Amino acid sequence: MKPTDDSADADATPTDQETAMTDTETAMTDGGTDDPMTDGGTVDSPFEVVSEYEETRMDRYSKYYDAYVRAPFAIIWRDWRARIGFTIVLFYLLMGTVGVAIVDPAQALDGDSFIQPFNANYTIQPWGIPEFSLGFWTYTGIWEFPFGTDRMGRDLFAQIVNSTQSILKMITAGALFAVGTGTIIGAVAGYRGGWTDTVLSSITDVFINLPGFPLVMVLALLLDVTNPYLIGILLSVAAWGGIARAIRSQVLTLRQENFVESARAMGVPRRRIVFKDIVPHLMPYVVINMTNTARRVIFEAAALYYLGILPYEDLNWGVTLNNAQSYGAYYRNEALHWFLAPMFAIIGISIGLILLGQSLDRVFNPRVRARHEKTTVDEEGDLGGESDSGGIMGD
Amino acid sequence: MAQIDWRIRRLGQGVFTILAVLTLSFVMIRMMPGNPMGAMVENLRAQGINPVRARELVRIRLATDPTKPIVPAYFEYMVNFFQGELGYSTFYQMPVSQKLAEVMPWTLFVLSWGVFISFFTGMAVGALMAYWEGSKLDVGFTTFAILMGSIPFYVLAILMLIFTSYRWGWFPTGGKVRAGVDPGMNWPFIASMVRHATLPIMSYLVASGIASLGMRGNSIRVLGEDYLRVARLRGLSDVTISSQYVARNAVLPLYTTLLISIGEMFGGSVVLEQVFQYRGLGFTFYQALNQRDYALMMGGFALITIVTVFALLLADLTYGYIDPRARGGKDEAY
Repeated sequence: MKPTDDSADADATPTDQETAMTDTETAMTDGGTDDPMTDGGTVDSPFEVVSEYEETRMDRYSKYYDAYVRAPFAIIWRDWRARIGFTIVLFYLLMGTVGVAIVDPAQALDGDSFIQPFNANYTIQPWGIPEFSLGFWTYTGIWEFPFGTDRMGRDLFAQIVNSTQSILKMITAGALFAVGTGTIIGAVAGYRGGWTDTVLSSITDVFINLPGFPLVMVLALLLDVTNPYLIGILLSVAAWGGIARAIRSQVLTLRQENFVESARAMGVPRRRIVFKDIVPHLMPYVVINMTNTARRVIFEAAALYYLGILPYEDLNWGVTLNNAQSYGAYYRNEALHWFLAPMFAIIGISIGLILLGQSLDRVFNPRVRARHEKTTVDEEGDLGGESDSGGIMGD
Repeated sequence: MAQIDWRIRRLGQGVFTILAVLTLSFVMIRMMPGNPMGAMVENLRAQGINPVRARELVRIRLATDPTKPIVPAYFEYMVNFFQGELGYSTFYQMPVSQKLAEVMPWTLFVLSWGVFISFFTGMAVGALMAYWEGSKLDVGFTTFAILMGSIPFYVLAILMLIFTSYRWGWFPTGGKVRAGVDPGMNWPFIASMVRHATLPIMSYLVASGIASLGMRGNSIRVLGEDYLRVARLRGLSDVTISSQYVARNAVLPLYTTLLISIGEMFGGSVVLEQVFQYRGLGFTFYQALNQRDYALMMGGFALITIVTVFALLLADLTYGYIDPRARGGKDEAY
């Protein structure tokens, strides 16, 4: 290979990278490797050696799978919080998909009014399994109304199961919207700097400054939405500001890193740098924020339904709370479970999300991880140095 | 120089936010399809009130003159707002500014104590948890904090109301003070006020769970620093180390969280005051929403915005003094 070829390669635009590489390869095989360069060296530099095996698409996918799915999951799974959190969230997902198919929507006069929860007098025998006895325990069927019924005899269990789907839709839409918008705006503002940053940061700051919940209330009143996806977006309309600000400040440090500088020097387009080089580094943070936003959406949605501000078609957790309150379940003992059932549904998914978020934090936060690895782990020896400082931490 | 620029810019952002909310409020009242101004004009016309009188009524109620073109009306609306003319509440039958001034102190009272207590509890607990990380205390409190963080504050509020007020009778079931107590600096009034405010304040304790987890995380981060090892080697006591070395550094990031949460708590007060029938700003705002009392609604919203903006502004402007490391320079543009 001649030195002139070399300079031609260097001039090649980054989009031609791959072609340039193959050129080099052919040049090397054609011209041999003994041609001296002007400085007396040979072209046998390690920078020009190309792997003899080409990475296939499958290889790449399996590598991605390993790095982004299997490894984090394996780490998460070691943590009890994650196991519980995952199980809970999965349970709600099943409730929103399979559960809806199994449990019919609640109807008035499903049963008598105010049947207490776990009432053994109301049972059904699914699939015709007859009564049988196992020593001291007799099977008589399962509860017909596990959570009891409300004033109109509507099955509370059915109410809760059937509202899961719309709540999950709200969560998904809200979390994706807030985190997506926040990440894009934060990353672009942080990376570009200058005027773009000033403008985007100002918009972000306005949204951070806005009191989110009252804004959502005013908008909900004005816009009159019933589609769960739109409600989710509406609820998180003011939630992306904080995420954008945090992402921006992280990008500000990331953009000083060597790999970003190299990419910039190579002339990689700005959009590619931001979304292929920088954003993947922020994924942990993004994922954690996803669970937080999801919780926020649930809280706000239930609160708005509870206050009766959002219009509704079907019963959901918040509406059930509202109904219970307007009946006076505060002081009527027979109606107490009317209040408690939706509360447990809300708290349950919230615990699931919070545990999941925490364990994700554990996975992605190297400092926290290091402290925990040392007690449980062996295979990640490179973290050993960190654990030295464990002595003074009071354990 | 750069510092002054930054502060002025930050102040500008705050002002801009308030203006944006006011603009939203103006657009909503005047220009949205089915806007309240048009509806009110129609309504008054249908009642057979003469146009001049009707115009005057609308102007008083919504603080905007329906006959004026958009642009001058917009400026008039803005000027009116800053002069404290927010319109007339149709539901409470009094000027909006008067109503807001009346309810604001009650919300501030509950909120400030709620923030204060929950953050101090959270910080103390969080620091202890971090210091004895992995111990029974840590596991116990972490579980507690997660549980607190998972319960929406209004659910906690309802639960407390159900049990401590209605079942056990420890606290009043609603309201701000007991009826028939003379307002003023006398003991029965203050005692009643505190008793009524206890549950709303306690509901903000859910924030303490989150604060304690944040504090715990920060403290663990600080605990890894070398200067703590040195302190330990010097034989300083656990108390000195935790209060002087760990707490001070770990509290820094929480300072911003605290002021930001004031804004969120203001939002939350809408739900909370509805649960406790505590007639403060949030309750009034909710009534306005429910009764479609637009002037009061937008006035309340603007007030909540102003307080939030102010809290955040304070956080940003003072943070540099508390943590000198945060005073950064400007980054170049790529």
